[in-house]
Amino acid sequence: MSDTPNTGTPYPIVPLEALAAASRPGVGASLRLLPAAARLAFRGREAAIGPAGAAFGLELPRTACRFAAAGTRAALWLGPDEWILLAPGESPAPLVETLEAALAGLPHALVDVSSRSVGIEVSGPRAAFVLNQGCPLDLALEAFPVGMCTRTVFAKAEIVLRRTATDIFLIDVWRSFAPYIWQLLEEARRGTG
Amino acid sequence: MSGAFRTPTGGRIDRLHPVSFTFDGRHYSGFRGDTLASALIANGVHLVGRSFKYHRPRGIISAGSDEPNALVGVGRDEAHFTPNLRATQVEIHEGLKAESQNRWPSLAFDAGAINDLASPLLPSGFYYKTFMWPAKAWTTFYEPKIRAMAGLGRAPEAPDADRYSQHYAHCDVLVVGAGPAGLAAALAAAATGARVILCDEQAEMGGSLLASTRSLIDDLPAQKWLAETLATLAAQENVTLLPRTTAFGYFPHNMIALAERVSDHLAVPDPELPRERLWQVRAKEVVLATGALERPLVFPDNDRPGVMLADSARTYVNRYGARPGKRAVVFTACDAGYRAALNLAAVGVEIAAIADLRPSPSGELASRALAAGIEVRPRTVVTGTSGRLRVTGATLARLGPHDLGPAQKVDCDLVLMSGGFTPSVHLFSQSRGKLVWDETLRCYIPGTSVERERSAGASRGLFELGEALEDGYARGAAAAQAARGGSAPARSFATLAVRLGTDGHIGATPHRRNPAFAKAFVDWQNDVTAKDIKLATREGFRSIEHIKRYTTTGMATDQGKTSNMNALGIVSEALKTPVPQIGLTTFRPPFTPTTFGIFAGAARGELFDPARTTPIHGWAVENGALFEDVGNWKRALVFPREGEDLHAAVARECRAVRSSVGLFDASTLGKIEIVGPDAAEFMNRIYTNAWAKLEPGRLRYGVMLREDGFVMDDGVIGRMAPDRFHVTTTTGGAPRVLAHMEDYLQTEWPDLDVWLTSTTEQWAVIAVQGPKAREVLAPLVEAMDISRAAMPHMSVRTGRVAGVPARVFSVSFTGELGFEVNVPAEHGRAVWEAIHASGQKFGITPYGTETMHVLRAEKGYIIVGQETDGTATPDDVNLGWAVGKAKKDFVGKRSLARASMSAPDRKQLVGLLTVDPGVVLEEGAQIVADPNVPVPVPMIGHVTSSYRSAVLGRSIALAMIKGGRARIGSRLFVPMPAGVIEVEVAEPVFYDPKGERFDV
Repeated sequence: MSDTPNTGTPYPIVPLEALAAASRPGVGASLRLLPAAARLAFRGREAAIGPAGAAFGLELPRTACRFAAAGTRAALWLGPDEWILLAPGESPAPLVETLEAALAGLPHALVDVSSRSVGIEVSGPRAAFVLNQGCPLDLALEAFPVGMCTRTVFAKAEIVLRRTATDIFLIDVWRSFAPYIWQLLEEARRGTG
Repeated sequence: MSGAFRTPTGGRIDRLHPVSFTFDGRHYSGFRGDTLASALIANGVHLVGRSFKYHRPRGIISAGSDEPNALVGVGRDEAHFTPNLRATQVEIHEGLKAESQNRWPSLAFDAGAINDLASPLLPSGFYYKTFMWPAKAWTTFYEPKIRAMAGLGRAPEAPDADRYSQHYAHCDVLVVGAGPAGLAAALAAAATGARVILCDEQAEMGGSLLASTRSLIDDLPAQKWLAETLATLAAQENVTLLPRTTAFGYFPHNMIALAERVSDHLAVPDPELPRERLWQVRAKEVVLATGALERPLVFPDNDRPGVMLADSARTYVNRYGARPGKRAVVFTACDAGYRAALNLAAVGVEIAAIADLRPSPSGELASRALAAGIEVRPRTVVTGTSGRLRVTGATLARLGPHDLGPAQKVDCDLVLMSGGFTPSVHLFSQSRGKLVWDETLRCYIPGTSVERERSAGASRGLFELGEALEDGYARGAAAAQAARGGSAPARSFATLAVRLGTDGHIGATPHRRNPAFAKAFVDWQNDVTAKDIKLATREGFRSIEHIKRYTTTGMATDQGKTSNMNALGIVSEALKTPVPQIGLTTFRPPFTPTTFGIFAGAARGELFDPARTTPIHGWAVENGALFEDVGNWKRALVFPREGEDLHAAVARECRAVRSSVGLFDASTLGKIEIVGPDAAEFMNRIYTNAWAKLEPGRLRYGVMLREDGFVMDDGVIGRMAPDRFHVTTTTGGAPRVLAHMEDYLQTEWPDLDVWLTSTTEQWAVIAVQGPKAREVLAPLVEAMDISRAAMPHMSVRTGRVAGVPARVFSVSFTGELGFEVNVPAEHGRAVWEAIHASGQKFGITPYGTETMHVLRAEKGYIIVGQETDGTATPDDVNLGWAVGKAKKDFVGKRSLARASMSAPDRKQLVGLLTVDPGVVLEEGAQIVADPNVPVPVPMIGHVTSSYRSAVLGRSIALAMIKGGRARIGSRLFVPMPAGVIEVEVAEPVFYDPKGERFDV
């Protein structure tokens, strides 16, 4: 056997944390790995939507592709009956308990997906340009304003994309696709200063 | 070399910055701003290539992307080499290395030129005619010979070292072409506040204005107006200017593909910049301001180096300060020839004569030519040229009422030709817009649009400068209005420019030469002559589409930019049929050849595809695992030890699981959480099994069918709570299964209060399998009881493992006592390591997918997609027991009731034991009842899985065989190239058939 470990590909597979640690801020765009967060997938009938928001601490947005935020928490509209409830830095179990108590007897589904995905921040004046190298959506401010979120794709991976400021986008991507996304973003960032 | 043909002043080249480059190894010098073609012309070099079929010496014909001849290979080394680039579009930079193509041993002496003499043997359609000869001649003679002789550039020999990037963009108005019409369109659209992208294939924007010497726009010299306009546009935030960017494809719903050449023109490009960038633009409205192309004239020997388009020659003089020759003959059918002659004369090129096809040339330009003392010969044609590697003279003859007058030779080193202008309708045609024939202009112009698009300026036959500007502005304003409302301020353009009129010629010009030897080229790149096209019509071809394919005219990489209209003209004359009745061939993308790199973008090497890895992947790498691809996943195949081959490693891993305990990463299993009051009802409808009575805390193996009754997926499902199921699917089937479930839920049963959430990546799954599994796990478990009494086979408990919240399944895909520990993904590796440590005293053995496959095959467990192929019913694979016969309905139930679904001769899952236990069958091998009957031998089944079993000390196999269950105990045969293998049909469960080992 050779000295280099076999990774299943002809290329090194670098863990996301190592990629993030090696990433340098850029003038045009920078990448940052977001800290862990509690993420709950909430689905439900009309009767459950209000109480879910009340228990989570913010009214769940009813406008398509918009998110609402309160403090560090955010609720992302992903479908007419589907939201992702995000609580950075929190542990999911107590949150699940609170919500389930408030939703008892109401038709709904609450699933802990905290570990399913990771968050990546793309920031800087060229952030939209960088993202548009893999994401086919119109990311101009008038078409994708601050406060917007949506499921979309970046190259061959599905992501949830939201804009928290003119120059800041957050990506939520399933864990196993994250290194691929990160490396593509690094590639897309080249030449943006 | 300093450029003996360079004008002393003038042009847009930067004379302060000389640039040296090589062509075929020879050093030349040009200036910044030169193209390779202009720099070669300034050095007196016209011979730049050999033609495709006849290997005739060829020169530079045009100054733009329509160039059919001057194709070169460019690149400093093989890793940066690109063949077939148009020298007219290659910008020179210090150190540029270019080479000519399709010549051997050299450009000046090419052995392939023998084809020119043999041309009577190579008529139109000769390629097809070879098909009619003995088939043997094709493989042994024609194909190798044609392949060696034909073709243009060579492919590079090293992998492409350049980077390419891709970019999606959106805009209100995309303007293609930055000539007068395009600039005006962009001005108008930008003034409304619309988001505008303006692209142009040339290094500099401006189109025809770049070669203008006398025109005025709004009282400014055209080039000054151009500079001010570009500055105005560049200053606007809503405008993106993309020079060096070719719009090469027009796709449905206003998706236009642009190829931007980002760094090819730089001597030392910033390594952070890509070589090229693909722009995929989604435009609300498109303005096509693609201009017009000058038509050549089709006369004998019109391909000799030194014969060029008149307006291109004017571009070389005015824009690049390069004289294309010393003494020129101009052959023209329109006023453009006069304008070129005047511009060339102004920089000291002697104009020997202007031969004008028209009987009585008149107008401003003709008067100016006469006033300048240029000899104008009306009603005159060029009937040939002389010279070998460069034109040395032209023969002129006067058109009489019935015949040509006597030929007269005129010495010259340059022949200019102009047959008028053809609107560039390529992109319009690609967008499926309908072209209409304009009888006045004698050209096709855009008619009805299909996309949200409009053409402007010369591309729709408005050739005059003032018209083009006004039209461009109006169309740009209309496009912006349609895209987002808002109107542009009224604006008009005061212009002073010469009118060229609308004269021109389509088709061949008359000559009296022997038609067997006179070559009047229509398509320079594919070496198609007027004679070839006439021959095709004589052989019975009528449709222009057929003539195109038979003669290959217009089929080269230039897509007939210079040849299509003349080919039509020749057919029209030969068939005595008006042009519009002959039609026009279809324009297809790309407009100009496009690199493969730009289509690949960043998707190459390690970023070609996502390499999905589990949280335990790093541990597997560190512990020497080999991997296999399962979809995009990298799964550990086996963990070989030092000196162990694959077979030995798998056998060791199998023995460890059977005798003690093994550890397996099952994280890639698809997982779906099904939650809601109607969860059990939904499960009942989607799976064949019954779910209502499954108690929380218990597991069940579930089978899912498609509507057609065939097995789609399977997996173990845990009921976590009355309204919550933890479903597992096959690794490869996860997305398909979720989509299948969502489809039914959303379209058939929207009334059910149940929701689906993918949890595949939420959980790392660690399988602990073997008689010692419980002893390994027990010390790590908190808040749950996994004792034999408290947790029987096929149950699920929640608690903590190694301090981490976990769902533990008592489940086995090996036939041994087993657990699958689900923990949140980020804890996967730590929990794996804790279990590994805890198992040390039992010699816990990590194992891979190969061992997993062997162990399950020993138990006769199927893998969906391996035993099944989309045509297996549950009963075919011995899963009839999992079908809830009493259930009212489930997906696939009706199909199962069809008589053929229970026919006794269906292929059924059985085991196979080779009579020689050492022989391992090949998966996929066909099975026959009697190998000695005459061929074709009826095939009654195939091997689906085959392994060496360590625990059984022999080979085992699973197979799907017609009426297989009834054949158990009988012998069948597997014919292989090395001989027939005899097998015994057996029960598919080879090991522990009673299942006594689950609950030890």
